[in-house]
Amino acid sequence: MAPLPDWVGLAPALALTFTALVVFVIDTVKPRSNDRALLAGTTLLGTVAALAAAGAVLVSGMASGEGLTLFGGQLVVDGMSLFFSVIFASVAALVTLASYDYLAGQSEQAEYYALVLLATAGMCLLASSASLATAFVSFELLSLASYALVAFLKDNEGSVEASLKYFLVGAVSSAILLYGISLIYGVTGGLLFDTVAENVVDTPHTGLLGVGVLMVLGGFAFKTASVPFHFWAPEAYEGAPTPISAFLSSGSKAAGFVVAFRVFTVAFGFDILTDVDWVLAFQVLAVVTMTVGNFAAATQENVKRMLAYSSVGQAGYVLIALAALGGGSDALVLGMGMSHLLVYGFMNTGAFLFVALAERWGVGRTFEDYAGLGSKAPVACAAMTVFMLSLAGIPLGAGFFSKYFLFGAAVDAGYWWLAAVGVVNSALSLYYYTRVLRAIWGGDANESLRIESYPVGLYTAVVAAAVVTVLLIPAFGFVTGPAVDAASALF
Amino acid sequence: MLIELLIALCLLGALVVFLLPDEYAPFGGFVASLFPLVTSFVLWYGFDGSGNAFLQGGQLAYETNVEWISLGQYAVNWHVGLDGISMPLVVLSTVLTSLAIVTGWTPIDRQRSGFYALLLFLEAGLIGVFSTLDFFAFLVFWEAVLVPVYLLITVWGGPRREYAAIKFFVYTNIATLVMFIGFTALVFGLGDSVTSLDLPAITQALRAGELGALGGVGAGPLRLAAFAAMFFGFGMKMAVVPFHTWLPDAYTESPTPVTVVLAGVVTKMGTYAMLRFNFTMLPDIVEQYAQVIALFAVVTVIYGALLALSQHDLKRIVAYSSLPSMGFVLLGLVAYTPYGLSGATFQMVSHGLLSGLLFACVGVIYSATGTRMVGDMAGLADRMPVTAAAFVAGCFGYMGLPFMSGFMGEYFIFQGAFDSFPGSPIFTAVAMFGIVLVAGYLLFAMQRALFGEFRVDGDSTVRRAAVHDLAPLVVLVACVIVLGSAPSLVFSMIADAVGPLLGGGL
Repeated sequence: MAPLPDWVGLAPALALTFTALVVFVIDTVKPRSNDRALLAGTTLLGTVAALAAAGAVLVSGMASGEGLTLFGGQLVVDGMSLFFSVIFASVAALVTLASYDYLAGQSEQAEYYALVLLATAGMCLLASSASLATAFVSFELLSLASYALVAFLKDNEGSVEASLKYFLVGAVSSAILLYGISLIYGVTGGLLFDTVAENVVDTPHTGLLGVGVLMVLGGFAFKTASVPFHFWAPEAYEGAPTPISAFLSSGSKAAGFVVAFRVFTVAFGFDILTDVDWVLAFQVLAVVTMTVGNFAAATQENVKRMLAYSSVGQAGYVLIALAALGGGSDALVLGMGMSHLLVYGFMNTGAFLFVALAERWGVGRTFEDYAGLGSKAPVACAAMTVFMLSLAGIPLGAGFFSKYFLFGAAVDAGYWWLAAVGVVNSALSLYYYTRVLRAIWGGDANESLRIESYPVGLYTAVVAAAVVTVLLIPAFGFVTGPAVDAASALF
Repeated sequence: MLIELLIALCLLGALVVFLLPDEYAPFGGFVASLFPLVTSFVLWYGFDGSGNAFLQGGQLAYETNVEWISLGQYAVNWHVGLDGISMPLVVLSTVLTSLAIVTGWTPIDRQRSGFYALLLFLEAGLIGVFSTLDFFAFLVFWEAVLVPVYLLITVWGGPRREYAAIKFFVYTNIATLVMFIGFTALVFGLGDSVTSLDLPAITQALRAGELGALGGVGAGPLRLAAFAAMFFGFGMKMAVVPFHTWLPDAYTESPTPVTVVLAGVVTKMGTYAMLRFNFTMLPDIVEQYAQVIALFAVVTVIYGALLALSQHDLKRIVAYSSLPSMGFVLLGLVAYTPYGLSGATFQMVSHGLLSGLLFACVGVIYSATGTRMVGDMAGLADRMPVTAAAFVAGCFGYMGLPFMSGFMGEYFIFQGAFDSFPGSPIFTAVAMFGIVLVAGYLLFAMQRALFGEFRVDGDSTVRRAAVHDLAPLVVLVACVIVLGSAPSLVFSMIADAVGPLLGGGL
């Protein structure tokens, strides 16, 4: 058999883009069609195809080691980009499944699905970007689609306001990112990560470079909802249609991390860039993000806001992956950060989708509203129990594993104090995660609440996310292997 | 693969029961629990303890050791196996879970499928704790046990259930964290001499003195600190004074079936782990600080008994009476003699059965009379002869009467502890005095509640107990008497396992 052409490596992004076009065609042929099953089904098919493609390319080994470079080095397909494509496609599939019910009665559904697909394609391209230019373009493809998706409930003031806030902060941070990129271009004369890495070594303009690096870091901190660029997150997550909150807090956050991982290891790795100590910046960022996110989450009365702040805290844990570099076990700690993002993709998406399910039942969003839900919908609540405990790091889901190994890798790298802060924060997070459990299982049910409909798509998505979260326990060995391989290919 | 099958049967049963409609859940739960029960008896029947050297490189029974997660120094294996110490505890878990499910038929009247599913899930966690030989998997099961207990207390507990559940969760979780830090320090201190988190391998390396310095702390202080951290962690779980304060709340607020499993098996996780970790891995610290540890044991016995003496709630009396028993176990462990260790292990099983029996009796009495206050009832023996007889049998077992399992455990503990370390006769004598106190409060409770003229405040009739309420009591009394009369059923396998720990046979 002849070897496959290199562009096959981009199959996940191509599948997503192609499906988006198909959705547009459907909308053109049957404008204002609200054939939900057709639209959601096509989208689901596309995301599953992307998932399969990413898995197939990963398994086939055609992108092993250094990976394939495409378009003159603008894009690279390697273990890391495929690993993250798997995360993005899985999250998108779950979100699509959930949207099928959530969007019942809404108009312009074709646009919604097309935007989800394009945003996911942007994430996949972001994971493959090997140049600051493609990174920025993919970044904007993802961001613009996200702004529109957050505002999708256009009759709902909260949704529109959230989108506006998200857009304003996003525009500012895009500007900061772009300015940072231009400074780096000015100093190094290149946009490709490799060129930047070559020229950054003996540049005389270290001050300018330092400002540029910090600005780029700020741009990524926005996308990953890290402190101090996290203010938009709770607002946007609360106002957005809930499946979109899940999409942003799991997928978009992971996308921010993958590009940060690549830029900060390939373009200006800590061993290349000796003048600017960005590892220290990430250490500060990680500690502050964890602590601020967790403390803010602990004081919320609204479950959706709590989840939003807790996802800020979770971003802090992943930041350890960058903050613990340089300690001698770089591939391990980066690989563990990736594994945590994969597990997080399922457990966090699932948690938000449970909130969507509750909204659909008209339950409300506060802890009190959730009282006694366990007796009415035991299966969904059991799934939520898995998500909450897994997020908190109790071994009912794979979240315990990924966190354990992430902290373990930090200790191995010699940053035991980072792990200690993480463990203390984890213990704190137990308080607010178990608060949900206390509400759904412990409280007295609201007698007037009648659960009449069992939305198939939402239910399937929630249960599927829970099943994967649990199954990742025995299968965790299969995740860490590719993750560490992919991470070690970067160094 | 039998251990995996055992755990899988519990989990599968939990899933099936969870999906059952509420009205079928009680019976379905019982049937589901029979599969692991029978499997555990098959394991017991085919158990070959002769090669089960946890320490000397021997083969453990039903051992499986396959690679799970491979990450250089963090290699985690799926390593399970049973020796003479864990085998009886696995059987105890399956027996008590099945009986606990039956005791729940009367009192549990809502969300039944969830209740029995969680009990079966708990069973899986308990079996996992007792059978796993890799620290990571151990930690997974150890933490997984917390979840069902927390939910069981929060949802089906008494009036102060949320307080009790949170207290239990927070206390034991902090304990786990401290224990975890202690153990991890040991692993890092061992450096390159261990390549995985395999418990037998780590134990072997620690006993061979391969522990190095860690972060500027020398091997000696590191051992001591790790021992202290693990002692705190496991001591919290087994409720050693002064770490016992979660226990009365959790026991009292739990519904009967949960109390049966909690007192019967969950506290044994603490004693079992204490034996496996503290006492097996760092015997030199035990020798060095025997008096200090023995002091904890003795205080637990005497103080626990005094606390029980001052209670008026029957369930609280039984709850506090766990403390002296746990103190005896600790005394047997610290003796570090063949008799002491075997007696302590035997006492774990015995106390599991006896506390399960007494809590089940209290549950039956409560659903019949609607009260648990000793002062509110009298002469129950007239109207509830079977329950009363079982209660008396349980009390006698606690007091250590011959031909009951409690006698064998306590006898061997005292025999083993009496002349084991300098000053041990004094500690043992004081602890033995605890038996008098135990007899005191149990006789007090029995006499006031069971004998005399029948009287229950506010209600002159008592509900008749159903057959399924009494069956678990009868089975437990039978187990207690069988173990008391034929201790060799478990004693021989315990002796096989304990011998190698001390560097020789029993």
